[in-house]
Amino acid sequence: MTPKTEDELSEIIKAARDPLQIRGGGTRGGAGTGALLETGGLSGISLYEPGALTLVAGAGTPLAEIDTALARENQRLAFEPLDHRTLLGSSGEPTLGGVAATNASGPRRIQVGAARDFMLGVRFVDGAGNIVKNGGRVMKNVTGYDLVKLMAGSWGQLGVMTEVSLKVLPVPEMIATLLINGLNETRAVAAMSRALGSPFEITGAAHAPRGVDGHPVTMLRIEGFETQITYRAGELKKLLAEFGDIAVETDQDRVAAGWAWVRDVALMKDKPGDVWRFSVKPSDGPKLAAALGAEDILLDWGGGLVWARMPEGTDARTKMGDIAGHGTLVRMSDGSRGRIPRLHPEPAPVAKLTDGLRARFDPRGLFNLAPVPA
Amino acid sequence: MQMPTPDARVLSRKAEIVDRLRGVLPADAVIDDVAETRAYECDALTAYKCPPLAAVLPASTEEVAAVLKICHEMDVPVVPRGSGTSLAGGALPTADCVILGVSKLNEVLETDYDNRFIRVQTGRTNLSVTGAVEEQDFFYAPDPSSQLACAISGNIAMNSGGAHCLKYGVTTNNLLGVTMVMMDGTVVELGGAHLDAAGLDLLGVICGSEGQLGVVTEATLRILRKPEGARPVLMGFDANEVAGACVSDIIKAGVLPVAIEFMDRPCIRACEAFAKAGYPDCEALLIVEVEGSDEEIDHQLKLIMDIARRHNPVELREAKDADEAGRIWLGRKSAFGAMGQINDYMCLDGTIPVSELPRVLTRIGEMSKEYGLDVANVFHAGDGNMHPLILFDANKPGDLEKCEELGADILKLCVEVGGCLTGEHGVGIEKRDLMHVQYAPADLEAQMAVKDVFDPNWLLNSAKVFPLDASDARRALDVAAE
Repeated sequence: MTPKTEDELSEIIKAARDPLQIRGGGTRGGAGTGALLETGGLSGISLYEPGALTLVAGAGTPLAEIDTALARENQRLAFEPLDHRTLLGSSGEPTLGGVAATNASGPRRIQVGAARDFMLGVRFVDGAGNIVKNGGRVMKNVTGYDLVKLMAGSWGQLGVMTEVSLKVLPVPEMIATLLINGLNETRAVAAMSRALGSPFEITGAAHAPRGVDGHPVTMLRIEGFETQITYRAGELKKLLAEFGDIAVETDQDRVAAGWAWVRDVALMKDKPGDVWRFSVKPSDGPKLAAALGAEDILLDWGGGLVWARMPEGTDARTKMGDIAGHGTLVRMSDGSRGRIPRLHPEPAPVAKLTDGLRARFDPRGLFNLAPVPA
Repeated sequence: MQMPTPDARVLSRKAEIVDRLRGVLPADAVIDDVAETRAYECDALTAYKCPPLAAVLPASTEEVAAVLKICHEMDVPVVPRGSGTSLAGGALPTADCVILGVSKLNEVLETDYDNRFIRVQTGRTNLSVTGAVEEQDFFYAPDPSSQLACAISGNIAMNSGGAHCLKYGVTTNNLLGVTMVMMDGTVVELGGAHLDAAGLDLLGVICGSEGQLGVVTEATLRILRKPEGARPVLMGFDANEVAGACVSDIIKAGVLPVAIEFMDRPCIRACEAFAKAGYPDCEALLIVEVEGSDEEIDHQLKLIMDIARRHNPVELREAKDADEAGRIWLGRKSAFGAMGQINDYMCLDGTIPVSELPRVLTRIGEMSKEYGLDVANVFHAGDGNMHPLILFDANKPGDLEKCEELGADILKLCVEVGGCLTGEHGVGIEKRDLMHVQYAPADLEAQMAVKDVFDPNWLLNSAKVFPLDASDARRALDVAAE
């Protein structure tokens, strides 16, 4: 089923008797189980005002189409959504709805925020077939409850998004990466923390114990006018002198490729096992990495986002100990399917709220992302 | 402004309710003397007043939980209160409610510069959060103009913004976690020092829910290192359209100022008469501020001034140092004081797409003439968050009502051009009955469904946000059940 309009979608949902599998571009598979419901018919940019930093598009709009329109005005989606195709080895076209429903956000999340922070408004159809709008297309809006945030990252559990409005940002004149070689995880996070605590507006801070050449590499990104890059790179070199020599990469293609490598977790591409994503306090990153004993580790968000490749069937959450945060099983091997829950279990009072919301927005259980039983 | 009829059963049980509250709180933390409850009869929307049944001032999350549990058991409505600076009546009591003030919850619980967060009790004021991290050159970014007085609890309830949100975002973009007490006394923890909470983004929906979903007692907030410096440029134009086009060109050029403030002629004149900041007498004035090192600021200001020159400004004045920066900001910062000296005023905060600025300003000018009330405009132009100030005379019979009608018409205009009723003040009671203008019944139903889940008996601040006719049936639920 590929509805062409919101009304058609509403009719389909009202008529549905069995669960639906909602699919955008299919790069992460579908959400849920059952008859396929595709959003591809709800596609197209309906409004783009570069001077107001605002874009509105149908949920099924391919991300590539949005990127192209933005690039023409020298603007971009600053939250840098990751492209799951690299890690999952999937095909298909990422869509705006998929990005919104998974709150997909990349390395720049530490400075500018996640997808949810750039979503200004949504339209969606809930499980009863009601067409609902929330938020709008202006940057400041506190009119009523913020259901936009609730829909962001909801994995299609509460409704099918039909339209999303976004705040976009200008592309800076120049982007540079500062590279430090040979640090262990603890030292790397210390270096990243110091940089992130400086006034130089770091927009990416990642560390790979085994980088592209097999050696530890720590990456810091700065963006701005060329004069700013020169000044800030110089200041950061002084600030981080004790961590070793710092190389500055300013070739724009190489810089972009490096951060795409981090963003898409290319390190773990085509390698066996499960891939986990943990969100913790940055200084807990090295501790968690050590506790996991993973086959591959990638630290992003200054240490607060830990990607780990683990042997098939390992419940990595059990290794968190007293570290606060949560883990998601992003790439699940066959041996783990059905044995390890994909999403982090919630404490009872929070689960009660989540279940309550799901029951209200999807009373017939059409959209439930079938949680994998423990 | 209509409020629901107080619940007679609650009023008749006042003594018993107060007794039970005294059982879980120290004696001085329960206020039931009629004269003393007057201290809580209104917030910054002073046109509306109503003393509560009682007020309580708990000093810990446990005490908040104990209070809510009792109120839940006894079906007593609760209105949470931070510092009472709401311009929308968010903390206005009903006669049958217990005011739950968080002013005693004002400790800093944890400061962590390596991980860039601070954890505070939510009665703490906005400015004192920055005060707690300033010695390390850090700050908490959202800066509502009431920041000296307003509490973090209220900031979270209203998702407060400020002058610098074009660059730093509003409260919801800087809130990492909360400890919240549900109406039945259950304590929930959401988020934490990590960047994204697991599961549904409940934190995102709690922020801006105007105290209707729970009472937030602790918050983990993102702190940032202060920029090396900041300086503004002032520019005057002889038409609102030109100023609007200049804002749009600055944004398109890839410079992201930390603030773009806009003042129209009535506002410029009033501020000039009050503060004598040396503003030009022109149709529209912009103050654009950028941050960075001295050289970085020079570079960005030059780009901005080059753009401004293409729009033939009547005045273009760059701040070369802190003193000149102070003079440029002087008039803008005294805007509200200047208006207060002229007359009583009502401040709206409808938000519009930036491209609609000229059209909206023209229309507001026409409406102002039709109603015979002066309107001055000062606002955050980068994000379209308007602040029309309607001048009226509270002592003149009928003037407040006329002012409210004009205000409603201006807000309807904001919605009509693609904007919203409120950008940062919240709905409260002030804009409650206008929610139909922006939202269809199904849109409001979806929002009220969230409250049903968090507060099934609709006891928490329930006479706010939703039009009374839309929420009537829900507020009556507990009564009907008996």
